[in-house]
Amino acid sequence: MKRRSAPAPVVVAKPRRERPPKVAPPSTDALLPDHLEWVEAWGMESKSMSYVFRPSTLDQLKEVFVRARSAGRTIALKGGGRSYGDAFQNSEEFVLDLSRMNRVLDWNPETGILVAEPGLRIAELWRYIIGDGYWPPVVSGTMFTTMGGCASMNIHGKNAYDAGPFGNFITEFEILLPSGELRTVTRESDRELFHAAISGFGMLGVFTKITLKMKRIYSGNLEVTPRYVRNFDEMIEAFDENEHRMDYMVGWCDCFANGRGNVGRGEMHFARHLQPGEDRMLAQTLRVKNQDLPDLLMGFIPKSILHKLMIPFVNNTGMRLINSAKWNARLKPGASKPYLQSHAAFAFLLDYIPEWKQTYRPGGLIQYQSFVPADKAAKIFTQQIRLSHKRGIIPYLSVTKKHKRDDFLISHGVDGFSLALDYPVTAANKANLWKLCHEMDELVLAAGGRFYFAKDSTMRQGTPARYLGAEAVRRFEALKAACDPENILCTALYRRLFGEPKRAENLLSDKVASL
Amino acid sequence: MLSYGPACGVPVVFAQSVIRPRDAKQPERKKGGHTIPCCRPPGPLPSSPFEYMAPKNPKGGRSAIIIGASSGIGEALAKRMARAGYRVALVARREAELQRVAEAINRKDRKLATIYPHDVTKFEEAPKLFQQIVHDLGGFDTIVYCSGVMPPVAKNEYSFQKDQQVFAVNVLGAMAWLNEAATRCERQESGTIVALGSVAGDRGRKGQPVYCASKAALASYMEGLRKRLGHRGVRVVTIKPGPVSTPMTEGLKMPFMISADEAANQIFRALNRTRTTAYVPIIWWPIMTAIRCVPSWLFRGKDI
Repeated sequence: MKRRSAPAPVVVAKPRRERPPKVAPPSTDALLPDHLEWVEAWGMESKSMSYVFRPSTLDQLKEVFVRARSAGRTIALKGGGRSYGDAFQNSEEFVLDLSRMNRVLDWNPETGILVAEPGLRIAELWRYIIGDGYWPPVVSGTMFTTMGGCASMNIHGKNAYDAGPFGNFITEFEILLPSGELRTVTRESDRELFHAAISGFGMLGVFTKITLKMKRIYSGNLEVTPRYVRNFDEMIEAFDENEHRMDYMVGWCDCFANGRGNVGRGEMHFARHLQPGEDRMLAQTLRVKNQDLPDLLMGFIPKSILHKLMIPFVNNTGMRLINSAKWNARLKPGASKPYLQSHAAFAFLLDYIPEWKQTYRPGGLIQYQSFVPADKAAKIFTQQIRLSHKRGIIPYLSVTKKHKRDDFLISHGVDGFSLALDYPVTAANKANLWKLCHEMDELVLAAGGRFYFAKDSTMRQGTPARYLGAEAVRRFEALKAACDPENILCTALYRRLFGEPKRAENLLSDKVASL
Repeated sequence: MLSYGPACGVPVVFAQSVIRPRDAKQPERKKGGHTIPCCRPPGPLPSSPFEYMAPKNPKGGRSAIIIGASSGIGEALAKRMARAGYRVALVARREAELQRVAEAINRKDRKLATIYPHDVTKFEEAPKLFQQIVHDLGGFDTIVYCSGVMPPVAKNEYSFQKDQQVFAVNVLGAMAWLNEAATRCERQESGTIVALGSVAGDRGRKGQPVYCASKAALASYMEGLRKRLGHRGVRVVTIKPGPVSTPMTEGLKMPFMISADEAANQIFRALNRTRTTAYVPIIWWPIMTAIRCVPSWLFRGKDI
């Protein structure tokens, strides 16, 4: 017990607090193990134990920061948990799961402007607005991503060449900085923070409100035209041909083809929005019921067991079979005829087979997505597939899209094309797979390409600076130092790519762990 | 060519042909036999089936928390585990001793040991320190509780203070630490919990009634933990060493005495096996099995 030497000064007027805190500051005792959970990356390749918190209000959100500070831990932000790699991994630290902050705060069907909390998933979003004749301007291949996650990863969709990334449609957001400051940011009010927080992979602050401009649609259906191409050159030609006619473009290629001139053979889908008046049954097609994916396959197989039926095919032989069957489906009469398909069925291809990723157990999968400028794309993609064959690790699934440049700080957009490759991971191929990815990194970097943090699992420290430029990284680090000086926001991804951040001394470790 | 896992191929392929070094020769196929060529892809082999189940640590490799690592079996075990590549967190009361052990383990290029001075009888410190250690190690893998005291007791001495001390270190400290580990293991559905009991815990003996009682309590506690956690992928191992030449047994003459290094070797081997109770050295297993069978009325007359 210390005794004060001087009497306490008389307090004349104590400034009154405007709002008393609703929650008592948590004690600095040991953390409760109640929050301990396995947090698994979506690709299942990495998982770790973390203290998971799921706030549903702003006050609870702030409390998590207080707790993290008192316990000397860092916080990783998690939305839908659909990032393939370690974007929301934070072993033995805090993971802030925002999926319970999922209210729609405002929706104006006249202007198409929606204000929502960050945990709102695309799945609820499109159901909310489609009846009024709107569709989200940019959607991912799965509908279980959240608004906050989409903004912080600045995702792209099948219309990336035209619309650009998700951030292009955000008009305003409210962000909670780790200092406790709540800031409302628009493109005009704080240009630098606006373009860094969107695409900042959750390293600058927590979105608490996002204002998004929706896209007007005049039908619940899209007109989809399939087309088969023999190699990457043809595929890229087809992308360029249809760029101005179509609203969505996506390609699939058979990665098992490795012959002369057939690398990149595959199927493409082009879709266009119907013009006003084209759809005579507007009220019918815009119903949510019309959009929903069917629950049964062929009328009798429940979708929930579908992934179990897939297991025998998830190996090199089975996948070669499926890929070639899909390619040979072009011989079916009428295979290239246009047809009508609902928005949800066209956009959310990854949700057709729920839990399909389980077929990759126990090793999991990684996705390697590279973005290459238009002139070198076909050559680089062909080299990537050839190299995979040479190393004996063949991707099971691939997706190609067309992109354009954007002005966000951590940008993956290029005036060119992207190829995403799903590689299975096993205990035996892991080391070689990582080596293969690093080899492909060099190809892409030499061609002036880029990478995407939401998909990445393999990039090494320093690679982002090579394609973003030292200037962009310096600007990002300056913002990080300004918004989060204690480096309280951190993930395994950040550690891997930018190195271990400097932390204020840990409460206990510096005292006791002197070695 | 199904997905690759520990169970893959084991029912049809000879287990020994599955687990063989990468550069070993392919086993020859017998004529008319039913052996199927091994389809295991090349790569580093796990040293034991349990390595498959070990959680992936983002910092790489395996790790262990060793409580009571400043001398005796704890020290030897820490060195043994570090030699096998484990990152070890050394917990004990005497900081200078811990420094010495850590310096013996750490080399310039390879820092495997970290020290955490802590008195196991300060039970309220355990939860926080446990979390800190797990945080520093990057995940929980193995915990070994080695702390133990056996104060000299005269033949006609009944000192409650000494007895309290024995129970505080040998039993209550173990519970403070292992309860924390068990809570975590239950949630992560993996991990290894090890405690050092003693052959003395198998029967009550004349010389050390309370020491025997404390080790018996620890063994029962571990058995209980095993029943709680065993079906959740957690290994709970009780080690029962016979006499080992450590500071605790200094000046005592006992049968089948082994060195601490030898004991650590055998304990380390036991960690990755399926056995749940391991006598060290193994000779104590038949001896203690026999002694446990001796009825109490007969055991009373013997001078042990």
